[in-house]
Amino acid sequence: MVQEDAIMTSHDPHSNDHDHSSVPGDLALRVKALESLVVEKGLVDPAALDAIIEYYEHKVGPRNGARVVARAWTDPDYKTRLLRNATAAIAELGYSGRQGEHMVAVENTDTTHNLVVCTLCSCYPLPVLGLPPSWYKSAPYRSRAILEPRAVLQEFGLDLSDDVEVRVWDSTAEIRYLVLPQRPAGTEAMTEEQLAPLVTRDAMIGTAVVTQP
Amino acid sequence: MNGIHDMGGMHGFGPIVREENEPLWHAPWEARMFAVGSALGAWGRWPIDASRAQIESMPAEKYLRSAYYEKRLPATIANAVERGLITQEEAETGRPDPSAPKATPPLTADQVEGLMKHGSPTTRAVERQPVFQIGHAVRTRNLHPTTHTRLPRYARDKPGIIVLLHGAHVFPDTNALFRGENPQPLYTVKFRAQDLWGEAANPRDTVCIDLWEDYLESAQ
Repeated sequence: MVQEDAIMTSHDPHSNDHDHSSVPGDLALRVKALESLVVEKGLVDPAALDAIIEYYEHKVGPRNGARVVARAWTDPDYKTRLLRNATAAIAELGYSGRQGEHMVAVENTDTTHNLVVCTLCSCYPLPVLGLPPSWYKSAPYRSRAILEPRAVLQEFGLDLSDDVEVRVWDSTAEIRYLVLPQRPAGTEAMTEEQLAPLVTRDAMIGTAVVTQP
Repeated sequence: MNGIHDMGGMHGFGPIVREENEPLWHAPWEARMFAVGSALGAWGRWPIDASRAQIESMPAEKYLRSAYYEKRLPATIANAVERGLITQEEAETGRPDPSAPKATPPLTADQVEGLMKHGSPTTRAVERQPVFQIGHAVRTRNLHPTTHTRLPRYARDKPGIIVLLHGAHVFPDTNALFRGENPQPLYTVKFRAQDLWGEAANPRDTVCIDLWEDYLESAQ
């Protein structure tokens, strides 16, 4: 299905090895060539391109998910709604849409630790976590998280007891998973606003836990 | 297809490399590629399943060598050509066909936020009722289609239990091929890690996978 063509491959006439064409400058040129073509054809509004980038730079990110988690920690009714219908509960805080159309929140407990991966591509809950880090999209994480989650978690600095069930979620469909981490001990007096900054991206993927400040 | 993209359970890729304070984009072209792909997607000519299918059809050695956003370039071009947004000649020369009328973009800047916040839900109202309920013992079918599928190799012909019902969702195996959405019940199936990986796995550990009804048969 994928065909080789001028935009896709090196323009260097001396190169006959297209697979090595992905030096950054060349790739940048080929992307630029596609962008110019589709803008000139009227297929794409250049201002919309800027707006898309702006949206992912400023409107989504792990701070959204951290607000969801901090709300669930401090509002038991909200937590119930989140675990029952995460899409609706997350939308209450204003987060919704692309790659988060169908959300499920999975709760870490003393006996269960959840870890999220997408072995087939790199599916990730964009509205609550923003764009994924490179390691999440990498072959080592995608291949190993499902096979040896405890070894992966150890590499992330998390040594779980054998008594804890490690439950790995492979995002094979359009369901996107948000891990609801355990609220750290000693934070009982903290407010939602004080708790949110403690909640890391990795804790909401499941490769970390939230620790006291 | 039994492609290189289906990585779950493979050995040999080494440790997970993390980057401290990783930037959102590593180069401006990554952001432009992401945006161009999104904006062309707004034409509605191809679903996300077809985007994934294009990426999976890359030669394996190229797939492994290509960075994440790099994979999107040939996949986006291939879908744009196959679905009639651009011609093969335009893709090859980078120049618009002068005889083609100029199009009007379906997505303007002021519509972007609304589009992103709405997304593309894959649930559909169907009359087909789910065959399985929560707690039902199932077995995944031993399927090896040469085309797009979301049943990972490591989870084929394995016993599991239905733990979540998600309603009817568009079926990627047919939708990626433009053979219809074929919406059908989607489930989360829980597997024992030992049933997937053998005795070496921790007996408590489990794996949950979202699977469509056509991937499953009853094991009760």
